Amino acid sequence: MSDRIRRRFAALRAEGRAGLVTFLVAGDPDMATFGRLLAGLPEAGADLLEVGMPFSDPMADGPTIEEGYGRALAAGTRLADVLAAVADFRRRDTSTPLVLMGYYNPIHRYGPERFAADARVAGVDGLIVVDLPPEEDAELRVPAEAAGLHLVRLLTPTTRGGRLARVLEGASGFLYYVSITGITGSRAPDLGEVETALAEIRRHTDLPLAVGFGIREPAQAAALARIADGVVVGSALVRTVAEHLDGRGRPRAGLEAAVLGRVRALAAAIREVRRG
Amino acid sequence: MTATPRPNSYRTGPDERGHFGIYGGRYVAETLMPLVLDLERAWREARADPAFWAEYRALLADYAGRPSPLYPAERLTAELGGARIYLKREDLNHTGSHKINNCLGQILLARRMGKRRVIAETGAGQHGVATATVAARFGMECVIYMGERDMARQRPNVFRMRLLGAQVRPVRTGARTLKDAMNEALRDWVTNVRDTFYLIGSVAGPHPYPAMVRDLQCVIGEETREQILAREGRLPDVLVACVGGGSNAMGLFHPFLDEPEVRLVAVEAAGEGLETGRHAAALTGGAPGVLHGSRSYLLQDEDGQVREPHSISAGLDYPGIGPEHAWLRDLGRIQVVTATDREALRAFEVLGRTEGILPALESAHALAHVLDLAPRLPREALVVVNLSGRGDKDLDTVARVTGVEP
Repeated sequence: MSDRIRRRFAALRAEGRAGLVTFLVAGDPDMATFGRLLAGLPEAGADLLEVGMPFSDPMADGPTIEEGYGRALAAGTRLADVLAAVADFRRRDTSTPLVLMGYYNPIHRYGPERFAADARVAGVDGLIVVDLPPEEDAELRVPAEAAGLHLVRLLTPTTRGGRLARVLEGASGFLYYVSITGITGSRAPDLGEVETALAEIRRHTDLPLAVGFGIREPAQAAALARIADGVVVGSALVRTVAEHLDGRGRPRAGLEAAVLGRVRALAAAIREVRRG
Repeated sequence: MTATPRPNSYRTGPDERGHFGIYGGRYVAETLMPLVLDLERAWREARADPAFWAEYRALLADYAGRPSPLYPAERLTAELGGARIYLKREDLNHTGSHKINNCLGQILLARRMGKRRVIAETGAGQHGVATATVAARFGMECVIYMGERDMARQRPNVFRMRLLGAQVRPVRTGARTLKDAMNEALRDWVTNVRDTFYLIGSVAGPHPYPAMVRDLQCVIGEETREQILAREGRLPDVLVACVGGGSNAMGLFHPFLDEPEVRLVAVEAAGEGLETGRHAAALTGGAPGVLHGSRSYLLQDEDGQVREPHSISAGLDYPGIGPEHAWLRDLGRIQVVTATDREALRAFEVLGRTEGILPALESAHALAHVLDLAPRLPREALVVVNLSGRGDKDLDTVARVTGVEP
């Protein structure tokens, strides 16, 4: 089993802080720019990388990420290209954990077994598949685990009571807590509600807990860093990409500096928060 | 309600996890999973409750105007010179299509579950109108998601929904048609999990929708069975229905699945022609995939990206198909054929001229196949076509493409 996720969260715990989890869409706005962004993320302070696999119908995402997927697809990004970009990243960085996030159909079409094997070879550590709940995920979880990949489960404000045990059974790597009922990039989470939910989840598992959806600003990230093991920022970074494109969708000078600058600010805010 | 299925029946699906063979299932985000499970539980209880069915039946009779007639289309039969053609007149239902059957059942379920707000996606606007109608009748807040392109081509239905008190929200993503409307409705549901009931209009979506919508549409086939037995003393030879998501077809077919002598023909929209790639024929031109909560046939490229469908009929302009259809197609129980935009328009014209009935462009696809099939069958053969909706909503489209001034 891939060990980078466990080692990274153990190191963060030893440092007494939460980790910054960044989400970017593979191939947005083009593969070359994305490759440079990905390579720059660890140095800018990202502790764990989520890479979005473009999909035509991202039902759980808001307009910002949907448009990012749209740009990546318009640039011709294929699933095989996403894996190639990860492999390229891994040649220079062997320690930063990287998980692919997306929807099931492209994986279904690629073939779950072949995909899991190719993803592992490329250097992927885990998969998050939004529309594959525990009831349906055996068809990917079994080949993923056989290939040594974690299939990361999602927990949400609606995951309560007996369902929590159902989702935790077979969970692996870390847990992704979706902080709101809603789509990515929409409203900000209520800290008190998230804290209550995380406390309840921690009574049932020792897996690290990352929290995402609706987190944009360093101050928000810092507030969540007090209660979570990882803080996920996605739409805010994808929006920064979108803000640095010219009229024809090509990257303007300063795109990479702007995205990585935003990551630095978030990382600095999170690193100021010491956890017991 | 329905008769007990025979052993080795085609009518026992889905299994307890909502699978029809390899199709179906519940491929939804975790936020929705508890809602889907709640809905399944509520539906199981309602389905076993005679009081639920009694109220549903009473509404179908007194509000929707059922039973709908099974009409012998004598002039059409004479013109084609072959099989005797019957039209199942779902176009005569209140709101003008079969969609009301499903909406009445689901709104009763929404009320049982204590929900106060209903949302729906719509393509042609038929399901949107039926949802807005039942929401008004039961005093619930109603939001309808509709692709901007469909709003333009089905304007009368947009106006109807608004008059009925529904909020129609334009969807501007993708090709701005039915698929995009369903994405947006799912986004609403994931955001408003506590008070909202998602009233899906076809035998699609996550379990239990495909089975539930089927159960609520089976009244079409059950009535057809009684009506044809009363009139002809025997079962029909062929049943024909159009399929987008597939609810009118499943409602007609399902009570006949275990009658091996009854041929079941599903007509998909071939748009500008299968060879052009601009079509909406998921079973004919798609491959198994996962979208909108279930596994079924799906129009997609070799990388699993969903392809934009094309059809003159907004109600068939969808890249997927209900999972039970996929299963029955693989088993060989239903036959799948296609009709192009042009063939549907011709059928639209023929039915108006011979029978004085303007069909919905969706239903015109089923008729298009009958124009081809009936002359090749003997005169004693019996063909039933599901006339799933009326064509008033399509007059602008027909005027535009035929160049006839309205």
